[in-house]
Amino acid sequence: MNAILIRGGHLVDPSAGIDASRDLLLKDGRVAAVEPPGKLTAAAKQADAEIIEAGGLVVAPGLVDIHVHLREPGQGYKETIATGTAAAAAGGFTTVCAMPNTVPVNDSVETTRWMQSAERNPSARVFPIAAATRGSMGEALTEYGSLKAAGAVAVTDDGKPILGEAIMHQALAAAARAGLPVIQHAEDTRMTGGCSMNAGALAFRLGLRGMPVAAEAGLVERDLRLLAELKGGRAHLHVAHLSTAAALDAVRKARRNGLHVTCEVAPHHFVLTEAAVGEYNTNAKMNPPLRAESDRRAMLEGLLDGSIDCIATDHAPHAVHEKEQEFERAPNGITGLESALGLALDVLHRKHKVSLSRLMTLLSTQPANLLNLRGRGSLSVGAFADVVLFDPKAEWTFRASATRSKSSNTPFDGWPMLGKVRLTISEGRVTYRAD
Amino acid sequence: MTAAHWPLPTMTAIKAISEPPRVALPTPPATAHPCSRSLLSVTSLAVEDVSAILGLATELEDQEPAARAQRLAHRRVALLFYESSTRTRTSFELAAKGLGADTALISSQSSSIEKGESLKDTGITLRALGAECIILRHLSSGAPYLLAQATGLPVLNAGDGMHEHPSQALLDVRTMLRALGRPETAPGETLLQGITVAITGDILHSRVARSNALLLPRLGARVLLCGPPALLPDVALELGPGIAIERDFDRALKQAQIVMMLRIQKERLTGVHIDLEEYTTRYQLHSERLRTSAPQAIVMHPGPMIRGLEITSDVADGPQSVIAEQVRNGVAIRMALIHRALVSEPGKTAPKAGPAKKLTVRKSPAAGKGSGA
Repeated sequence: MNAILIRGGHLVDPSAGIDASRDLLLKDGRVAAVEPPGKLTAAAKQADAEIIEAGGLVVAPGLVDIHVHLREPGQGYKETIATGTAAAAAGGFTTVCAMPNTVPVNDSVETTRWMQSAERNPSARVFPIAAATRGSMGEALTEYGSLKAAGAVAVTDDGKPILGEAIMHQALAAAARAGLPVIQHAEDTRMTGGCSMNAGALAFRLGLRGMPVAAEAGLVERDLRLLAELKGGRAHLHVAHLSTAAALDAVRKARRNGLHVTCEVAPHHFVLTEAAVGEYNTNAKMNPPLRAESDRRAMLEGLLDGSIDCIATDHAPHAVHEKEQEFERAPNGITGLESALGLALDVLHRKHKVSLSRLMTLLSTQPANLLNLRGRGSLSVGAFADVVLFDPKAEWTFRASATRSKSSNTPFDGWPMLGKVRLTISEGRVTYRAD
Repeated sequence: MTAAHWPLPTMTAIKAISEPPRVALPTPPATAHPCSRSLLSVTSLAVEDVSAILGLATELEDQEPAARAQRLAHRRVALLFYESSTRTRTSFELAAKGLGADTALISSQSSSIEKGESLKDTGITLRALGAECIILRHLSSGAPYLLAQATGLPVLNAGDGMHEHPSQALLDVRTMLRALGRPETAPGETLLQGITVAITGDILHSRVARSNALLLPRLGARVLLCGPPALLPDVALELGPGIAIERDFDRALKQAQIVMMLRIQKERLTGVHIDLEEYTTRYQLHSERLRTSAPQAIVMHPGPMIRGLEITSDVADGPQSVIAEQVRNGVAIRMALIHRALVSEPGKTAPKAGPAKKLTVRKSPAAGKGSGA
């Protein structure tokens, strides 16, 4: 079928300023009409549309996650594009941007195309983010123009931060010419060798080497200085998974000075603190690490006051045997696609009174805009038929064992969630339907 | 596993161990300690537990050896050592044997660990071979927690990375009490009341310092940490109450009844550069300094010592030194710990979990949320 009528729901579309009862007609993978309740009955009949009753549900633009690790090519035992996007669909996401730290590193047109092929059997639209330097070695730039033409929406050496000042300068300038943002994983790795959690009293007591706040803030400040030098060009720096108050302050200041810098925060950084490491829980180990309570509060404030542009999960699946290791040996990262909405609704909407419209801005409209994903993050007529239906009042418990991801490395197993995804539609196709 | 060398089990022994171990791993419980007869950190010990261990150590030490060897006759204790060790390994082994237990020593060289076998699989293998308790020395902080969770067996932490060395802290307490002539039977929280212990040297990398600094204040002592900022960051103060930092060694000595010296752990000094000449000038315990600043103090060192660096030979071998006593007390304390791990106390169905509760936030939504939102 190629038409769907979603009726009786409460439509939240920040891109159009709608937060009201609306019916929605999808046709041929696009939004065909948005009208007050009951006005689309005839049009739906004419299009022979499947009818979905959305009474009591929020109807919103499909969620957009601009920071996921889908592990393909090369690490299919952790995740595949098929399983990762199935998890995305179950979490309400219709668009994900895949990081290039695959095996081999996605620094080529071929890999960029391969990841977008229908043969990967995706349940969400996948936009690759290509490596900023060849092999993410930090030495020679990749071909930004051809990578963009092949579908890449940004460049980054995520996980292997670009430390060299000259190469970062070149990357920002070349990406600006190509019309791509540069995404930086801000960690001065010269300060974090052998470190496995946040620096501070807890790391000291646990006998673990700690990553100092300055390792993040220092590199953000360096990058902002380079961005300022390029002022007048169109350079866009996007700071990935911001985790410290100090780095956020640097971003705020730069924005006041008119620099084109944006940033994202992961749910775990506004929900958890380093205390979750507890007795060496490797499912609370990620990079950047969980930080102090003051940093967590700063992330909340940044989300509330608008200085943080979007929420991104940094979904980072790892196999059980990799996480069941000594804390210092276990790899960094947790899964996040299926818990993001439930945590955001619980913590931001219920506890901190963030409106649903603002929440959808953070989870859909703004991330789509940041990476120029046209027709995403919006339910305006003509936009892609990317829709999520969720029950904003449903209380449920997150179970790692029920995940659609290939991996279940999450610190949120057993956590209460608010808001359950009932249906996800990606480009007009139902990609997830709750039982 | 080539180094396993316990005797062939008799039929009764086989029968006794044929029921467990289970093949399927028990699901990890919500709280982190699968077995509270483990000793992973001194923070899991209640003060009464410390008193009980001290009492049991004396009881076992005083028992006639033949009778003592019946206590854990043919029970199986595995010693799993990923790091080299002289004192700890030997005293744990002698302690187990003194109680009649069979021991198997597995070291990272000469075992399948060299072939890449994981800690979890090594633990499961030892359990399948009948080990009832594993004593673990590991170079990675927190490794004993993983082993305890993976095997469900009692695990005794014999030193994990820079984290803790709980049996050392307990033997240090026994040594202090004996050297001070204080009774072990006093209420636990007063055992070391009025005593100042100066722990000096490479605090940052020392599991001995952490275990002592976490334990001694709860027994009434005041702990003075002493060393240069590179080896003793200010954040050490936040280990807990009853801890102070005194960077001037002489000033620390003047306040201390007990001085505990630590080695600079060269193998863990990543990126930290120490000027050894300056360090020696400021922090070496030599006889003149001892005579001037702490003529009555008891001198301790967990070993290994680097004579001529943190301590001079005349002090280490001098009349104020109880360094050899520490080693001797290690056997008694470790007998008590192995006994506690393998024998449940009469009248106590479930051993107490102790005050470590605040640490157990793993997979517990309520605890995790308490810190925030």
